[in-house]
Amino acid sequence: MTVLHSAPRYSSFEGVKDSLVSALGDLVVSSKEEHGEIVLTVVRGRVEDALRALRDRHEFQQLMDIAGVDYPDRAERFEVVYCLLSVTRNLRLIVKVSTDEATPVPTVTTLWPNAGWYEREVYDMYGVLFAGNTDLRRILTDYGFQGHPFRKDFPLTGYVELRYSEEDKRVVYEPVELAQDLRQFDFMSPWEGADYVLPGDEKAVPPPPAPAPVATAPVTGGAPKVDTPKTTDKPADTGAGEKANADAAAKAPSSDGGAAPAAPAPTESRPATDAPSKGDKA
Amino acid sequence: MSFSLEQSPTTGDEVITNYTINFGPQHPAAHGVLRMVMELDGEIIERIDPHVGLLHRGTEKLIEHKTYLQALPYFDRLDYCSPLAMEHSYVLAVEKLLNVEVPLRAQYLRVLFAELTRICNHMLNMGSHVMDVGAMTPNLWLFEIREDCLNFFERASGARMHSAWFRPGGVHQDVPLKLLTDIADWLDDRLPRLFEDAMSLVIDNRIFKQRNVDIAIVSKEDALAWGFSGPMIRAAGIPWDLRKSQPYDVYDRMEFDIPVGTNSDCYDRFMVRVEEVRQSARIMKQCLAEMPEGPIASTDRKVVPPKRAEMKSSMESLIHHFKLYTEGFHVPAGEVYVATESPKGEFGVYLVSDGTNKPYRCKIRPTAFSHLQAMDFMSKGHMLPDATAILGAIDVVFGECDR
Repeated sequence: MTVLHSAPRYSSFEGVKDSLVSALGDLVVSSKEEHGEIVLTVVRGRVEDALRALRDRHEFQQLMDIAGVDYPDRAERFEVVYCLLSVTRNLRLIVKVSTDEATPVPTVTTLWPNAGWYEREVYDMYGVLFAGNTDLRRILTDYGFQGHPFRKDFPLTGYVELRYSEEDKRVVYEPVELAQDLRQFDFMSPWEGADYVLPGDEKAVPPPPAPAPVATAPVTGGAPKVDTPKTTDKPADTGAGEKANADAAAKAPSSDGGAAPAAPAPTESRPATDAPSKGDKA
Repeated sequence: MSFSLEQSPTTGDEVITNYTINFGPQHPAAHGVLRMVMELDGEIIERIDPHVGLLHRGTEKLIEHKTYLQALPYFDRLDYCSPLAMEHSYVLAVEKLLNVEVPLRAQYLRVLFAELTRICNHMLNMGSHVMDVGAMTPNLWLFEIREDCLNFFERASGARMHSAWFRPGGVHQDVPLKLLTDIADWLDDRLPRLFEDAMSLVIDNRIFKQRNVDIAIVSKEDALAWGFSGPMIRAAGIPWDLRKSQPYDVYDRMEFDIPVGTNSDCYDRFMVRVEEVRQSARIMKQCLAEMPEGPIASTDRKVVPPKRAEMKSSMESLIHHFKLYTEGFHVPAGEVYVATESPKGEFGVYLVSDGTNKPYRCKIRPTAFSHLQAMDFMSKGHMLPDATAILGAIDVVFGECDR
């Protein structure tokens, strides 16, 4: 693929992936080269060995970042992504391992001292455990925070909000209360695989398979070639009538104050809570 | 005649212990909301435990809920002292996934304004660094230059700080010719005059040197191991600059030098930044001289919206505009890590796309995270007042560190 973009250009990847894969041997689970990035997935339990080999024998001196990614559909839902940089070979490399909530990943603080905070961040945001990291505290969230906010099942609005209480003369934590639901617009095109029913489409039934074309002699030379032209000559053809009126009357809400349509289901799951809401005074 | 040895009233019956103090989160030299728990032996720092995250806003999670275009302004709010440098990494990451070609004029404009951002950022950092170690005047003088920079941003984008001016595929709007000529005049006259004037107060100043020379020396090996980048690694004597070694946009057409330090102390870090300002001015002059005419954004209408005039006559343009501002563009599935040389160091974006119109994951690699983590290692054995000099030389901004 021709490179059209003007993103940072580094040394050629020619042969780099294959040499790394053969050098790391059975440590590598899979490898790919896409969008100008080399991505190696390695065995979780031996990630430290793999990164040590990359640092000491393949000149990847710097660990620039450790990122967590959450794929809730996978059996091992978390990916831990190590971004390496070689200042001598002028190359970048992405190394990944996957894990779940319970299985720890070996720490790489033994290789790079700056891995400590990055691992703390992945632990804080995703709850991934790092075996051997002696200082695995939360780092970015509040003191005493519960949960792992960057997981895909954690709501964007969170569960608690805080304010300064004039009565208590301190900051108090309360369950989050939104004046308006989070506006999550869905702009995906309905004809590109949206999995919901558009308003008005509920009655649409999938069309029956088209009948096999029957070879018939054309009736007249200039007539349109349709089997049965659609007409509404008789009232029965329109679908209107007594029966349709009765059906409509049964469905319509009664005019004398019937139940309003139910509110839409909340877009995010909230924990059931019996804590007092904001205005309540204990 | 007999005499007895005078006994000290305290020694012997009192044990002097280390004590712990809080530096911040509301300390003028903490450069924002940094809380450092310091363990001191007298005035000597034994251990520092920086507590970050007081400005954590969950930017990365918010971005996952926005389209690629809506996510862009969040980057201004990361490092609010160098907003366009933050946008630069992001737009390049999106462009790398899309593999979209950016017109030459847009690349020049981006480089021009990225360097203006660098000057703007260094004015703030050097001013506050100088003020942290006791000088008042240079800070005020440097702010005058920063004010000029902000005015230029305003004339280009309409906003002084949060420009949101870079776009995947180019920049948002073209700049008026008068702005370019004004920047050229400013580079020729006002910037060197004000800047060299302010620097003449600082760089040979006895007090400034006493506070910075030989403070927090970091070896080349340590700088690599701790993941240093930007002025921090260059002060350690490693000529590593992403603009030179991994050029993006039109940096490969620019001629500039990379300053490196010799002693790797706080003074070198400051002096690297001083020279970077001069080199940035040099790059900007080349941009202004060489900038071609032409479109300022890609002509790929699936990524960049059409001009308003086109929409008046062309149905297709109208549809493109509507689709781009509601659904946004779709980015091919994949993952990239794109890092640029922000004024503070390597600012990276690890972008995972699942083929939809919203990023699946956008991990931001802040520069301050590595540097601040080394705070403990750099300050050990130094005096308490040195901590402010070390922190000033790191150039930390918490919008970016905490995200």
